[in-house]
Amino acid sequence: MSSLIKKTAAELGELIAAGQTSALEVTREHLDQISKVDGRVHAFLHVDVEGALAAAKAVDARRAAGEKLGPLAGVPIAVKDVVTTKGLPTTAGSKILEGWVPPYDATLVERLKDAGTVILGKTNMDEFAMGSSTEYSAYGPTFNPWDLTRIPGGSGGGSSAALAAYEAPLSIGTDTGGSIRQPGAVTGTVGAKPTYGGTSRYGLIAFSSSLDTPGPCARTVLDAALLHEVIAGHDPRDSTSIPAPVSPVVAAARQGMSGDLTGVKLGLVKEFMSAEGAEPGVVAAFHAAVESLTKLGAEIVEISCPNFVYALPTYYLIAPSECSSNLARFDGVRYGLRVGDNGVNSLEEVMSLTREAGFGPEVKRRIMVGTYALSSGYYDAYYGQAQKVRTLITRDFQAAFEKVDALISPTTPFVAFQLGARTADPSSMYLADLYTIPSNLYGGPAISVPCGLSEGLPVGLQVMAPTLADDRMYRVAAALESTIGTLTPPEL
Amino acid sequence: MTAISREEVAHLARLARLAVTDEELDMFAGQLDVILQSVARVGEVAAEDIPPTSHSVPLTNVFRPDEPRPGLTRAAALAGAPDSAEDRFRVPRILDEEE
Repeated sequence: MSSLIKKTAAELGELIAAGQTSALEVTREHLDQISKVDGRVHAFLHVDVEGALAAAKAVDARRAAGEKLGPLAGVPIAVKDVVTTKGLPTTAGSKILEGWVPPYDATLVERLKDAGTVILGKTNMDEFAMGSSTEYSAYGPTFNPWDLTRIPGGSGGGSSAALAAYEAPLSIGTDTGGSIRQPGAVTGTVGAKPTYGGTSRYGLIAFSSSLDTPGPCARTVLDAALLHEVIAGHDPRDSTSIPAPVSPVVAAARQGMSGDLTGVKLGLVKEFMSAEGAEPGVVAAFHAAVESLTKLGAEIVEISCPNFVYALPTYYLIAPSECSSNLARFDGVRYGLRVGDNGVNSLEEVMSLTREAGFGPEVKRRIMVGTYALSSGYYDAYYGQAQKVRTLITRDFQAAFEKVDALISPTTPFVAFQLGARTADPSSMYLADLYTIPSNLYGGPAISVPCGLSEGLPVGLQVMAPTLADDRMYRVAAALESTIGTLTPPEL
Repeated sequence: MTAISREEVAHLARLARLAVTDEELDMFAGQLDVILQSVARVGEVAAEDIPPTSHSVPLTNVFRPDEPRPGLTRAAALAGAPDSAEDRFRVPRILDEEE
């Protein structure tokens, strides 16, 4: 295995800027690794060899012309297939968008290009980001590089598996209920959900608009922070984008790397400690990590967030409701698939046949649950009530952050499970997001950082911070990483 | 007790414009029943006087300057369409010829 693909994004950026290697060389080695292992991992839906080589050459030309390069210039990156890329196929893991080529770039893709990162291709995901295992992709599952018989998490399993398989040092994910953090946890990588509104949704194919949050995935906390800084910040094209400066996430990661958490107060969520469903090995790894945080100087207290136990049912009303509305746009008229247009069928019949053929089972389930929750007679008891409980969950966070700087928990209740283990019972799949969903409902930032192994498989620790205090989670996560180290998967 | 019947699931599928098969109806009816009974737990929370949260960012009436900017060309906008004619999206018949 070449040495370049094992390096961090920060190291690669420095080597390229210093002229010790070229963006072209770095890109070629990652493309070689993709050729070598992606047949077994299936992290990518589309690899853009020509585009990546051209982008790398452009960076090298800029350096040769004497231009000062940014910290991630020439560093390769993989982008989740739910984010539009001009001229590159974008399917959101769905048959209904098979072959669609977007006519525009998402804001975050524009920013990646401006920063000189090299887009390698698009990564696999659960269809429309609905799932926790990447098994709901219409193009076949992604396999966990730690054990190819196991799931890489979801929905962004491709983005995290690409990191663990050394196919890319950086990737982009989107997190609606845990789709960045849970794949990070089960692949032994880092995944951060920024504050909602801190990263632009322009060009993100919508699933649940009040929850969807794009964010960075990487193998180290510093790399995630560097990528966060590139993609975050106000975007006038997204009306929910926050017009405020991005918190100093890179400086916070560097501060955390010193390993000093003196004066930092962390809250253990009491309701998560007693919740059923967390595997003993996950709980053990988490408690060992809590001890490490104490040794770094952090003060740990137990905090009660009584409404967190209702986060899962609240989410599984709000997200499907918004999805049933958002996915109405897939009607076989403006893009993607059209089925049954034979000159006899009506427009409505063509729409119904198109959606039936184009959507997979989980998407259909969520559309129907959302349709139910929004229908007259059920609206108040389901969607309306869920919105009220969302307020109470937000208040739990606000009360907690008056007492502590951040909350911590395991990222997900179980390590990577075997493919097929949870597809027969959809509600057992939903449990994967038990600990990640509250931050989505509240809107605050949260990060998953590796904290050890259980049965030889990675376990993640989650740090949840107050809205707009993204820097705080990076400091705590980097401190933990400084003492525990990064996890190295077996050679593929 | 069931939360939802097979007939109600068929009705939801029609509302959602999904031409589901009979086999799918059998599968979805049971699964949706489990899911809806589970999410109904939100009803246990006493929340009568609690205001709803639709959005975590308290932004309302976000304006930008009304300035012309370049948009997609007609060709680019139509490039991904399953069918187009005369520079427009072509759709199946909506009205009967007699109407």
